[in-house]
Parts: sequence; C-alpha cells; structure tokens
Amino acid sequence: MRPLLPLLLIAAPVALVAQTALPPAPYADTQLENPAQEQKARDLMLTIRCVTCQSQSIADSNASMAADLRSEIRTRIKAGEDPEAIRKWLIDRYGDWISYAPSADPILWPLWAAPIVLLLAGGALVASRLKRKGAA
Amino acid sequence: MNRWLLWAPLALFVLFVGLVALGLFKPDDRQIRSAMVGKALPAFVLPQAASDRPGLSRADLAAGKPRLLNIFASWCVPCAAESPQLIELARSGVPIDGVAIRDARGDVDQFLTRWGNPYQRIGLDARSALQLSLGSSGVPESFVIDGRGVIRYQHIGDIRAEDIALIKQKMAEAAR
Repeated sequence: MRPLLPLLLIAAPVALVAQTALPPAPYADTQLENPAQEQKARDLMLTIRCVTCQSQSIADSNASMAADLRSEIRTRIKAGEDPEAIRKWLIDRYGDWISYAPSADPILWPLWAAPIVLLLAGGALVASRLKRKGAA
Repeated sequence: MNRWLLWAPLALFVLFVGLVALGLFKPDDRQIRSAMVGKALPAFVLPQAASDRPGLSRADLAAGKPRLLNIFASWCVPCAAESPQLIELARSGVPIDGVAIRDARGDVDQFLTRWGNPYQRIGLDARSALQLSLGSSGVPESFVIDGRGVIRYQHIGDIRAEDIALIKQKMAEAAR
C-alpha cells in the first residue's frame, strides 16, 4: 500500500474533476423495493445505450449521465409507467440510437427478411443440385 | 451468362471490403444530435442555481424573442473554455440563459466569479432531468430557442471563437 500512496494521490483529484461532486441521484444505484418493478427497470436499462460511454448500456456505465437516467427510469417505473413508453420517450429525444432493441422500422425490413431469403436461396440451390445428380 | 456469374462472389467480396474500408477511414462522428430540434421546449421550472441570478422556467424562454439556452456545469472544463465566447455573445446583444447540470450553488457562484457571468437567468438541474428531456448528451451544449419556445438549433460542445458567427446567424434565423 505504501508505495502506491503517491500514485493514488495523483489519480484521486483527476477522478474528482472529471465528474460531478454531487452525490448520485436517489435511484441511480439503489434497487426498487418491489422486485417485479426492479426487474422491469433492469430489463429496460440493459437495452438503453449510454450517451457518454457509447458502447455500454446505462446499466453498465459509471458515467454520471447514465446514473441520472437509471434514476429517472426507476422513478418512472415506480410511478407505474410502461417500460416501452419510457423507451419511446427516449427515442423521441435521442433518436433510434439510444435503444439497443431493434425496431420494426421499414428501413430494417430487409435485415429481418435476410435470414428467410438466404434460407430459401440455399434450399433452392440444394434442390437444383440434387435434381441434377438424380438425372445423371 | 454462367461465365459472368462466376465472378459474382469476387464482386461481392470487393464490395464488402470497400464498405469496410469506407467505415474504417471515414472520420469518426460520435455526436448524438437531439431529435428535439424543431419541436417545442418541454415544460420545466428550475430553481435558482447562482446567488445573484433568478431560476429558469419554460415561460422565460418563450418570451417573444429568441434566446440562447446554454447547458453548462461548474465541474466541466470545456464550459470554462467556452465562457469568453459566451461573454462576447452577451455583449453583442444575444440574451443567454443557463442551466447548471448536477451542480451546487456555491460551486456555480465560484465558477461565475472566476470565468465571468454571461447569463440572465440560471436554473439548477440537479438530476439532469431537463438535459434528458432536451435530448442533450453532455456539457456544454447550447440551444437556440425562438420566441415561441421552439428549439431551432443545437450546438454540441463548447462554442469556439469560430462558431460565434454561426450562433449569431442561427439567432437571426430564429427571429424571423
């Protein structure tokens, strides 16, 4: 520990300056009292992207904005709001970008159709090959 | 026909490599633009953030003339770097209101004493509630709000000296 102390002293102020000194919002790191509600909130938080740490969900991120959004989501779920309504509220503000759950937007239809199309194409290929072999 | 079909996999492969190369060499854009531009400002009432400025509500921003809404925080370094530009904008007649994110009054007072105060009103957004409802993804950010309370423009990041002309132009457009 001793030799580490100067290192810690150097690192500590940086961490303090980088983010706010305010304590986290009430429900940022506290679970809801009702386990069913907490489960709903958690499922939603895992599919909401953090705007600060852009490759993390807000459930995984330590950014202060993610903490505030977790608290906001838990407070709304506690008040009885539907998780999908909260997702829509966020998409209205940040665009589709904010949600990890793929939507059924027309622009994504080719993507949803791709597995079926590929399967059909593969099936047709196999069928034609088998027929040719059968004929030979 | 079949001879040409033979080349299809290679063509697909080249297309794929091209697509990947494009993604690799295109400059990275990590800005998340707010989807609220063009929409009405949500309703809010924020308490006072600094000792010598009143708090901020939606009604203050929809007061007939365009205003610049600046989102900042005393703990944010680029916000300090931005303050000379805000002061210049305020001096040239742009009315600026501030929202201090996750802040405390003592810290805001200290920040304003040190870097100057271009704000007419400053609201305190202790839990980022207004920031989230604006679709703002960080500090500092500035929004041009027209006289009817509609968000007309979002500036992400600090306003640099070279951005001042653009902000003034957006303010003039919002006044029309």
